[in-house]
Amino acid sequence: MKTKQQSGINREAYLVRHLFDPDKLEQVPTRNGYGDGLVEAGKKDKNIVVLCADLTESTRSLAFKNAFPDRFVQLGVSEQSMASIAAGMAITGKIPFISSYACFSPGRNWEQIRTTIAIQNSNVKIAGAHAGVSVGPDGATHQMIEDIAIMRVMPNMKVFVPCDSFETKKATIAIAKLSSPCYIRFAREKSPVFTTEKTPFKIGRAETYRFGNDLTIIAAGPLLYEALLAAQILSLDHKIEARVINMHTIKPLDVKTIIKATKETGAIVTVEEAQAVGGLGGAVAETVCLSTPVPVERIGVQDRFGESGEPRQLQEAFGLTARSIITAAFRVLKLK
Amino acid sequence: MPNLAIGPKVRKPLHLHDKQLKKLEEKAFEIREDIIKMLVEAGSGHSAGPLGMADIFTALYFHVMVHDPKRPNWKDRDRLILSNGHICPVRYAAMAHAGYFPKTWLKTLRKFGSPLQGHPEREKLPGVEATSGPLGSGSSQAVGIAYVGLLNHAPWRVYCVMSDGELEAGQTWEAMLFAGRNKLYNCTFIIDRNNIQIDGPTEEIMPLESLQAKFEAFNLNVIRCAGNSIRDFVSAVEQAHGMSEKASVIIADTIPGYGVDFMEHDFLWHGKPPTFSEAKSALAWLRTLGGKIKSEHE
Repeated sequence: MKTKQQSGINREAYLVRHLFDPDKLEQVPTRNGYGDGLVEAGKKDKNIVVLCADLTESTRSLAFKNAFPDRFVQLGVSEQSMASIAAGMAITGKIPFISSYACFSPGRNWEQIRTTIAIQNSNVKIAGAHAGVSVGPDGATHQMIEDIAIMRVMPNMKVFVPCDSFETKKATIAIAKLSSPCYIRFAREKSPVFTTEKTPFKIGRAETYRFGNDLTIIAAGPLLYEALLAAQILSLDHKIEARVINMHTIKPLDVKTIIKATKETGAIVTVEEAQAVGGLGGAVAETVCLSTPVPVERIGVQDRFGESGEPRQLQEAFGLTARSIITAAFRVLKLK
Repeated sequence: MPNLAIGPKVRKPLHLHDKQLKKLEEKAFEIREDIIKMLVEAGSGHSAGPLGMADIFTALYFHVMVHDPKRPNWKDRDRLILSNGHICPVRYAAMAHAGYFPKTWLKTLRKFGSPLQGHPEREKLPGVEATSGPLGSGSSQAVGIAYVGLLNHAPWRVYCVMSDGELEAGQTWEAMLFAGRNKLYNCTFIIDRNNIQIDGPTEEIMPLESLQAKFEAFNLNVIRCAGNSIRDFVSAVEQAHGMSEKASVIIADTIPGYGVDFMEHDFLWHGKPPTFSEAKSALAWLRTLGGKIKSEHE
């Protein structure tokens, strides 16, 4: 009989074999997965249309434009109108994806999304590229870190933060089949590709990538890799076994998995490249507090704006690294 | 991007005989009566806009649009988007008269549980094409719908009613750029040019003129008409239908509060309902057409 795995990487998550080998690990921006996913989804459903506000290449909508020129709509720099135009198209039978930078969509057009997409429950997918401080030199104006909070609070909206380009592709295809307003965020910078074709992905179901019972690290987005790194170091250097959960769907939140983790490990660290207040950190803290209160630490941006710099520099400066996660793990274990 | 301009679908001419016109004018006054009754019952809402637009809504629902109140989701229906959602009492009253729902529902306007929300919601009332109210959002939705119409070579047309104050919202002009760029000839914007907004006359709050030049600069076909003349409005719509290369904008000069003497032209009536006694005198005025005829109801 198979014994249940107690610690270490979940074999059934089918992560890459060379998970901790930086030389072999492929580095691809998550936005590339969006482009690939759009084309694949577009092949299956001819009602899918893609709208873009003058950022076709950098949002990777270009792949769709090349594959289906008649189903691509250029809006120019008008994100507010884009949200409502997409809503009009959705209520007329199309499945529009709207692509821009997250700071403009859903940043600039939040009210249009609220009124014409969320209240109306129209089947529009909002794709926010260049989210997080890792946008780098562009600085605070273009580093969207409030998006998870402002989208999560909106009724009817579903929120997705995929961890690598592979998962972004899967998520893009999955939300195309969902008849609901959705927000999906991705990053500009290259990040490790550590999931594979076989890695399970199901909307609304968190995936456990690493087993452990000393504490749980819940992460979303590319920083999930830093969480896995941190867990590896905690295990090798400190004999601490951390469970690592991929919370790619922020809404609807997989409350069951969170409660199970709090009961079994008694301490939580959340990790994201967004404002911890209102983001994944907010969502998890609310859930834990309302169900099984245990100590929680939140790695994320702490109530400040970003600034110019190189992506790695900024991640260090904002405490968004494996090292910060390890420090948070010790803090939370002390409180346990 | 696809080439959408393949020429307009032929529409039946909108001949308007004198007899028909008289009937429509009577209908418009019945709708005005209902607007007053709805507003006084609701205790909140907007008076001037709905009254001023009663003629245009009557013309749209009873003469211009191809639609079927019994099949609000019929795929080939014309789409009417109300961008300035706050004047929805006129739309609701016209819909009830057309047979979309029982007239008794009109008294539930703005009440808890009513399909007749304070601003129109598509999910709550079949026949309301789009959720709107925050100004500017309807025009963008309208161009999105019209774009799909052309993409699908659909026979239906899109009419989007907007206010003049609404034109101060930047989103409107984003939508107009899109309409101009894509030659959405199946789309007609109808601007309620009543010159008032909540805080005062539009030209004092934020001057809009020359509106005609503005829309023309956005590559749109502009038609000006007297919005309280059903005949003039219908002929403007016919001109819009004949346009094959451009979306049309009908600037309809209307009198806010039209039909109720003490409300006409007064911006203070933009955003408030009549009291019970004001409603009584408004109804008396409407029923006698301003003292011109003897009331049949009293």
